[in-house]
Amino acid sequence: MTDSQYALEVTDLRMRYGTTDVLRGVTFTASPGEVVALLGPNGAGKTTTIEILEGFRMRSAGDVRVLGVDPARGSEDWRARLGIVLQSWRDHGKWRVGELLAHLRMYYTAYASKERPVWDTDELIATVGLTEHAAKRVSQLSGGQRRRLDVAIGIVGRPELLFLDEPTAGFDPHARREFHELVHRLSDIDQTTILLTTHDLDEAEKLADRILILAGGTIIADGSADELARRIPSAAEVRWSVDGERFVHSAEDATEFVHKLLDQHGSAVTHLEVRRASLEDTYMALVVAHESGQTTSLPSAFEKVPA
Amino acid sequence: MNNTLMSAVRAGVARGQRELKHTFTNPQDLWTYFFPALALLITMFFMRGATVPGTSFSLGSRTLPSALGMGIAFGGLVTIAASLTIEREDGTLLRAKAVPNGMLGYLIGKIVTVTGITLLSLAIQLIPATFLLDGLSLSGWHTWFTLIWVVLLGLVATMPIGAIFGSMLSNPQNMGLIMLPIMGLIATSGIFYPITNFPTWLQWVAQVFPIYWLGLGMRSALLPDSMAAVEFGGSWRHLETVGVLGAWAAFGLIVAPIVLRRMARRESGSAVEARRTRAMQRVR
Repeated sequence: MTDSQYALEVTDLRMRYGTTDVLRGVTFTASPGEVVALLGPNGAGKTTTIEILEGFRMRSAGDVRVLGVDPARGSEDWRARLGIVLQSWRDHGKWRVGELLAHLRMYYTAYASKERPVWDTDELIATVGLTEHAAKRVSQLSGGQRRRLDVAIGIVGRPELLFLDEPTAGFDPHARREFHELVHRLSDIDQTTILLTTHDLDEAEKLADRILILAGGTIIADGSADELARRIPSAAEVRWSVDGERFVHSAEDATEFVHKLLDQHGSAVTHLEVRRASLEDTYMALVVAHESGQTTSLPSAFEKVPA
Repeated sequence: MNNTLMSAVRAGVARGQRELKHTFTNPQDLWTYFFPALALLITMFFMRGATVPGTSFSLGSRTLPSALGMGIAFGGLVTIAASLTIEREDGTLLRAKAVPNGMLGYLIGKIVTVTGITLLSLAIQLIPATFLLDGLSLSGWHTWFTLIWVVLLGLVATMPIGAIFGSMLSNPQNMGLIMLPIMGLIATSGIFYPITNFPTWLQWVAQVFPIYWLGLGMRSALLPDSMAAVEFGGSWRHLETVGVLGAWAAFGLIVAPIVLRRMARRESGSAVEARRTRAMQRVR
């Protein structure tokens, strides 16, 4: 069925509306079971990219393989292997939660296999934490509950690949934490590949094995949060105490600084903390650099960063 | 048919039944069921005593089957068009697109729902009217046979056209664009008054569209045969009814899949989002 080792394989994807180039050669891959976060400023082409991968939009040029299939020619069999969670769904307001999930499950039963059985409706409702709302009408759910139902619908067919478009917008911290656990469970136990977009960089750092930053229609960074942070020569923050006095220092090379610090004060140094630049710092630095036209001075997105 | 398609067909039928059930559970849909019956009964009340021109037959009894025919056309055209535009805006169609064979299930569901709604509305209007009106011919297999084929053919002739309208309207607020011409057609289709006295050109216009033929077909089912005398050519013209309704059905069944496919292809998350933003601006 799949001749590709990747769940997602995008090569030089281009999209042009009229005379405007929205995507100017997007290239990336995602391996089975990987969680990839697609970040980028509004208007960078995230939505367009995802819609092309979902098979909802035709591309102008480039090669795209989603589970080994060109989404422009994706069959219903192929569609059964995908899960899609979008932001704007307000559908089926008159349906009850359990009723709707049981109904949409029907479409997947014929595609189920031993390895990937469809979810049991009640079990899935419990998994997304909607058991006490199962008999409610969909229109009576709160924003966060509605999103959890959307996620449940997205995964009811136990997809190999799941698209999550800003999945936790409108979640309270508790719901967010539970959702993160669900995502880990999907990728760990079911080997589901997940491509998610979010504006919450903390969430991207927590969830994603790999982060893609899309700006100006190209991928300007591709790597783990760690790798990206090391790519940017941003200062880390070092805090320590000597004789009960607190010190804070911003160091370009934190390792070297700590060496010197310990050489100088030895065991007098206590409460030592080194805080690497957060993904947010990295993201801002990359996007700002890109927008001011300095992309060429940054290492290429695919170059391995020297450790 | 393979397994996956079969399960989509089953899901579609189940979907139609669920949706039909949902229409009994909210005041708005219940109003839509009972309002036409109420309006019809009030109309009959004011028509009492009036007769079909040139006969001694009650005008009210002639209007009932005509209005039932209009109800079928209305159900097929407006209910389908309205639900397609609304469900495109709220993302129901996109959901169907995201699910394997979901569009097939969606369409089958829609056909089941609208057929159910139309038949129920028909019963809600016909049953009380049979107690209040004189002169209807309700016994004999002929009545029911004609009633069934006219209703079914009417639905097949109008639902695809409604689907075409619904696919072309992107904003539910523009439903007026199709309501107005339909209202105009109803006025000229001899539903509430025979068109035999209308100007010739208007008679021809009426006879191009399905509403006239649905009215005629329902009259032929529910009125005594002697009433055929006041129709064109003194006949129920069943052959012509089948011809015109069949032509509309053929046209609709050829064009609707093309238009529906084109409409479905354009659905995406950002399209739904854009409509949502527009809807929010409307409401504010």
